[in-house]
Amino acid sequence: MSTTTIAAAPVGAADMPGARRRRWASALPYLQALPLWLVLGVFLLIPIATIVAVSFWDDQEYALVPTFILDNYRDALGSHVTWSTYVSTLRYAAIVWAATLGIGFTVAYFLSFHVRSTLWQMVLFQLCAIPFLTSNVIRMISWIPFLGRNGLLNRSLMAVGITDHPLEFLLFSPFAVVLAFVHLYTLFMVVPIFNTMMRIDRALVEAARDAGAGPVAVLRHVIVPLSLPGIAIGTIFVVTLVMGDFVTVQMMSGGQSASVGLMMKNQISLLQYPSAAAQAVVLLITVLLMVWAILRVVDIRKEL
Amino acid sequence: MKIESGLTRRGVLKGAAAAGGALAGSGAITGFPTIWAQNIKNVTLRQFGTGVSNLNAVAEKCKADTGITLQMTALDSDAVTQRAITQPNSYDIADVEYWICKKVFPRGVLQPMDTRKLKYFDKVVPIFITGKLTPESKIAQGTAPHTVSFVESQTSTKFAKSPTQWFTMMPTIYNADTLGIRPDLVGRPITSWRDLADPAFKGKASILNIPSIGIMDAAMVCESLGKIKYGDKGNMTRAEIDQTMALMTDLKKQGQFRAFWKTFDESVNLMVSGEVVIQSMWSPAVAAVRSKGIACTYQPLKEGYRAWGGGLGLAKHLKGLELEAAYEYINWYTSGWVGAYLNRQGYYSAVLETAQKYMEPYEWAFWMEGKPAAKDIMSPEGKLMEKAGAIRDGGSFYDRMGHIACWNSVMDQDKYMVEKWNEFIAA
Repeated sequence: MSTTTIAAAPVGAADMPGARRRRWASALPYLQALPLWLVLGVFLLIPIATIVAVSFWDDQEYALVPTFILDNYRDALGSHVTWSTYVSTLRYAAIVWAATLGIGFTVAYFLSFHVRSTLWQMVLFQLCAIPFLTSNVIRMISWIPFLGRNGLLNRSLMAVGITDHPLEFLLFSPFAVVLAFVHLYTLFMVVPIFNTMMRIDRALVEAARDAGAGPVAVLRHVIVPLSLPGIAIGTIFVVTLVMGDFVTVQMMSGGQSASVGLMMKNQISLLQYPSAAAQAVVLLITVLLMVWAILRVVDIRKEL
Repeated sequence: MKIESGLTRRGVLKGAAAAGGALAGSGAITGFPTIWAQNIKNVTLRQFGTGVSNLNAVAEKCKADTGITLQMTALDSDAVTQRAITQPNSYDIADVEYWICKKVFPRGVLQPMDTRKLKYFDKVVPIFITGKLTPESKIAQGTAPHTVSFVESQTSTKFAKSPTQWFTMMPTIYNADTLGIRPDLVGRPITSWRDLADPAFKGKASILNIPSIGIMDAAMVCESLGKIKYGDKGNMTRAEIDQTMALMTDLKKQGQFRAFWKTFDESVNLMVSGEVVIQSMWSPAVAAVRSKGIACTYQPLKEGYRAWGGGLGLAKHLKGLELEAAYEYINWYTSGWVGAYLNRQGYYSAVLETAQKYMEPYEWAFWMEGKPAAKDIMSPEGKLMEKAGAIRDGGSFYDRMGHIACWNSVMDQDKYMVEKWNEFIAA
């Protein structure tokens, strides 16, 4: 603040209080935004700039050499492992997105249109959220004994007589990975969709009915379009979380499946920071493009 | 059984050791100005390592015996290597494996020890000095500890071909690893590494996903299948790496593996739950499975064991009082109590003579001589490990450590190998 005063002084208008106040007034919004800029700068921009810078460095036998080489990108983009890993990660993202959207939309729809009392809406909403008070990792690990060869599910299935041998695909498989993802991330879809649905003017639904629309038409032409911002936000959450994951894939596939995050983690553990940084930049660009594409389709600010 | 290999060691060290040895070592410790000996009690040493030997019991006993405070940090092997090299001032004592030493020492972050200051240097098992357990032993493949145990001078980071006065690490712990099996579920005797690839165990086998160790187990399997002949499994050529990984990838695609494990508890859980019946395993993991009342055998195999060893190294920055305290700590470490503790966990101490003094004769007979347990065998924490009458899997110290096929290692083609390993995992 003092800087502003001092800066204003030499102009020669120091004796004009009105001018000073105007300067103050024009500087005020910037000052108000300053804390946010500082936080973003220190915790977002500088780290990302560092990652970008390191991605051009060279690493030789555990030593980082600050230089400017493109080898890391050439290695990353030129390796078929990277491509097949991206394919498998994107496939996980697509399947998980479809599943969480289906479940998330249904749950949100039920909560906002079928549950009439606000109290019950809140109670049921809290019920969805309660499991999330426990650790991510714990919720994930608890699937392992359940789905195992001699796990609860297999034993029940065999006891009921649905199968005579344990189903092996249940654990340490892509199925297990997707199941864990869906379990972990569905709430990220429920919350924003529920939020937008609650803002839909109920008069619109009535108007559509009065105009002769059946339940399906109401859903298709009124509710879905108006829920799009929530769907888009949920999609961004789920897709970015799945794209960056390394723990779930490692644990639920029994280390047999790859993901982009896991690939980076392996590189970091081998001290190949520049390669990992290059992969991180590639992933960042990929995810930003996906987010950009989502925002092109849906204007999330429209309804917020 | 005799663990008196001082003879060979003397022969090797010749004059140098005669001048130094135990006398000078002990002199250096007790002959301090009293003020220092007092001050050592206030020293805190920061030790970090792979966890097998980062035991709180050791820190407590050390405090009681020497007054030195130990701060211990356990990390996995990759993280240990990383930290040893990139943050050399963050630790005083590095508790690392020999293959890690091969990576770390040339970076100049550790300082060699003066063997004259090591009280029990003369009693170290000769594997770490000459590479031979007995004069007739053949030196195993891989990063055999003795190849990275000495450097040429106090300031050198170059490994010496034969023993010198400058020791890179004081060996503390080592063992012979093999496959663990569920004898109740495999349904037939397991005798060879190739059994891991047996189609009978399709979807019930596992291998560890730590590239530098996993590749060894993979190589043992490939060699045993007769598919690949290696020059040195511990230092493969690119072609050998390619062949090994191609074979393993085939096995993976056929669904041979149930999972790959990275941590100790993962391997225990896989075995306990019956997801896996045959896999790479570490000896305390076998003990952990057994402690849950589930049969698990650490199966000796005809091709031999994959061995590993670790020791304590001194950080470069240590000097003066702290350096003396570090020597004192290492001398205490090898004076028997810890050795007995490690032996009772199923590892081996590098200074067996001192460890024996801290063990009951029946314990020594069970763990070291491969004899049936005369009484129930307890772990150092007082948990039942084996009932009376049991015999250690693999037998005596000489039966186990005498049949090493290969040591954990770092290859010249390390980076290439890791790349290929990652491809295998991603395949």
